[in-house]
Amino acid sequence: MSRSVILPHEVDWGGWRSAARALALEGVPPEDVVWSVRAPDDLFADASEEPAAAPPAGTFNVPRALVDLAQTVIQAREPARFALLYQLLWRAHAGERHLLEQVTDPDVQRANRLAQAVRRDTHKMRAFVRFREVAEPEGTRYVAWFEPDNYIVEANAAFFVRRFATMVWSILTPYRSAHWNGEELSFTAGAARADIPDDDRLEAYWRAYFSSIFNPARLKIGAMTSEMPRKYWRNLPEAAAIPELIRGAAARVSTMVEAPTISPAKPARIPDAAPPTLDHLPDTKLRRAAIEAASCRACPLWEPATQTVFGEGPADARLMFVGEQPGDQEDLAGRPFVGPAGKMFDTALAEAGIDRAAAYVTNSVKHFKFEPRGKRRIHAKPDAGDIAACKFWLDLEQQEVQPAVTVLLGATAARAVLGRVVTISRERSRPIALTGNRQALVTVHPSYLLRLPDEASRQREYAAFVADLRQAMTLLDSSAS
Amino acid sequence: MDLLQKLEILADAAKYDASCASSGTEKRSSAGEKTGIGSTEGMGICHAYAPDGRCISLLKILLTNSCVYDCLYCINRRSSNVRRARFTVEEVVTLTLGFYRRNCIEGLFLSSGIISNPDYTMEQVVRVARTLREEHGFRGYIHLKTIPDADPALLLEAGRYADRLSINVELPTEGSLAALAPEKNLPGIRRSMGRMRLRIDEAKAERKSPRFAPAGQSTQVIVGADKSSDRDILAMSTNLYGSYGLRRVYYSAFSPIPDASAALPPDHAPLVREHRLYQADWLMRFYGFSAPELETDTAGNLDLSIDPKLSWALAHRDQFPVDVNTAAKEMLLRIPGIGVKSVNAILRARRYRSLRMDDLARLRLPLAKISAFVIAAGHTGGSAGLDGERLRQRLTPRPVQSDLFG
Repeated sequence: MSRSVILPHEVDWGGWRSAARALALEGVPPEDVVWSVRAPDDLFADASEEPAAAPPAGTFNVPRALVDLAQTVIQAREPARFALLYQLLWRAHAGERHLLEQVTDPDVQRANRLAQAVRRDTHKMRAFVRFREVAEPEGTRYVAWFEPDNYIVEANAAFFVRRFATMVWSILTPYRSAHWNGEELSFTAGAARADIPDDDRLEAYWRAYFSSIFNPARLKIGAMTSEMPRKYWRNLPEAAAIPELIRGAAARVSTMVEAPTISPAKPARIPDAAPPTLDHLPDTKLRRAAIEAASCRACPLWEPATQTVFGEGPADARLMFVGEQPGDQEDLAGRPFVGPAGKMFDTALAEAGIDRAAAYVTNSVKHFKFEPRGKRRIHAKPDAGDIAACKFWLDLEQQEVQPAVTVLLGATAARAVLGRVVTISRERSRPIALTGNRQALVTVHPSYLLRLPDEASRQREYAAFVADLRQAMTLLDSSAS
Repeated sequence: MDLLQKLEILADAAKYDASCASSGTEKRSSAGEKTGIGSTEGMGICHAYAPDGRCISLLKILLTNSCVYDCLYCINRRSSNVRRARFTVEEVVTLTLGFYRRNCIEGLFLSSGIISNPDYTMEQVVRVARTLREEHGFRGYIHLKTIPDADPALLLEAGRYADRLSINVELPTEGSLAALAPEKNLPGIRRSMGRMRLRIDEAKAERKSPRFAPAGQSTQVIVGADKSSDRDILAMSTNLYGSYGLRRVYYSAFSPIPDASAALPPDHAPLVREHRLYQADWLMRFYGFSAPELETDTAGNLDLSIDPKLSWALAHRDQFPVDVNTAAKEMLLRIPGIGVKSVNAILRARRYRSLRMDDLARLRLPLAKISAFVIAAGHTGGSAGLDGERLRQRLTPRPVQSDLFG
């Protein structure tokens, strides 16, 4: 026997849901249900609700995704949507799991198409509603006229509340009108276009903006109309300018192309600004070297990198640290040892009682060498050529600072300063004499500590690193005496 | 000069910036608030489309089109005879709020010619954003153009008020920049981008750190004003995405400007070239392609007649046909004519049934384009169709896109 369900209005989600639930529990198959909506005028004329029949006992779970889909589809201007949704509910209730995942299923596909149309319409309403300002005795009110394709006003009104909560506004449409008084949302019957004011003081400005932002050399009418179909134009104040903009485009372009050209001005003298990271350095030979190094092109590493990362620290530092090369973070910040390895370095220095600010900290190679990999840059080890190309700067730093003790962090630093291939494990922790009564000490690079796989070896190696740093301090003390 | 004239001049001066995005920022709402206005909900809204097909989402204007620089491709350069105008801070604020209340825009994209010096200019731009946010409780979207090497304190303030910051690299190589924009300084641009990335990452990683440009940073490069090849441009993009975590690189085909410089091509670069670069950019960001993999001609340029994915597939026919029922996602993404959404739909649908060509049709895939490249249940793919020049001819769109060429 066929059953009839009459919903009080087009987007009566609650009504549809309780009816559908009851029918499914009763076991009424979709083909036996006829869904319809009461004539629209009845809604606001007759506020009294019929008492709902007691729902049948029992319950069942509907997948969340189906509820979400149904809440969207019910807004579609498609009389068959209630039946389609009941069909989906029926199938889900009958045990078809993952029903919505089956995107090629005809029912699922129809529902998805309707949902898509509703979503698009919803989006277009958010885009194309245009308020006009009305001065009223109680204050300013904003009124808009919009013609949606689907029954989206109720569900979409919340968006306008979130955005325009402190304005008083009304959005009128042919089937329903939404009103916000600053505190509450209410709905009334549909309206007519004539119910909104004719003009707004800012519309001429908006049209001027629309016309001026258009580039006549890029006329792409199809691209415009696919996103802003002509049916919306009559309610968009700026659309009035479109025909003239299109007509005049070609002439405007040929005027530009044929116009006499102008010779370039003499370049203004923009002083060569020092990179701001160097601002704190006093005007010493080191600082001037750092500024020069900022535009160093001695090897190709400069091109993909952000900047030269020069050493930093006092020119009379007695302790110098030489690392390998700046990493990702150092390249971005323009300062050595500020990334993860730099943090490890700082921790170890603190533990060894060394004041980083009193030491000179630099790298063997002053540009970040990397391989691009998608959204990341992967560190690439500098080779002998990179080290040689940058040696000029490292030598200059050593020359100027003349540190009593130089700590060589890792194999690259050891190679750069000592001029030979060094095996860390064999030579670490032993003072190595440099020219001029200076000494070097080889140890690991702090990034080595970050790469260790287990906690035990991390602790062991960290302790050894700190011990090396302490030894550097001892060397420093003995060199002073 | 009245406000309407200023608006005309300063919008006209801003139209060569392609970006109008208002997506991807934090969620903000005015619900429950007593003052202020506006909201952002992740996805931006295009409130209108101009006849150039570009979305109008933001009020995109310059604070002033006076500029001390003489970048040859720019309508606002010092040597141009264009009419000059300058908004006051209050005028920009009034227009932004007025248009916003009428639901014409998602917010403001403010840029400026360089007046006096970078710090002064940046200070003026930041003042507009500060006034909107602090005096008017504006919760809409703000995109500020950053002036390279302006005081880091100003940058920090800009990031506090703006959703997005951007600096345009304009040209893909330092050589081109030196020739066409002699006063611009690429190292300065890159340093600023690096600084912005650090701040953006920091703000994202730690809740306590100050808010900084939640919609990230972007840039724009002009295509066709210099001799750089598509390969040069894509290498630059790869570097910028990797180094600075840019949300977007915008490509803007050079188009003629009034009062053009004698040193520039008089006519525009084909818009289809810009389109191919966007497609290649998408392939790199969402389809697992790397720049060197993309097919280019000996001059390093993408094929204008077919899209870069089809171009790659035609050059790698040995990797096809691909079985839509068994292939890994990475390979599905390489089938010409199938987008990311469709790949996901295929992956979902094939869990429940063996897909046939009708299923693919139901997913609205272009069967004519894909049939040679795929195997489906009851469809053995294109062993016959995959060889020979015919395939390329059959899949090359007819050159009727007069719209695209302007």
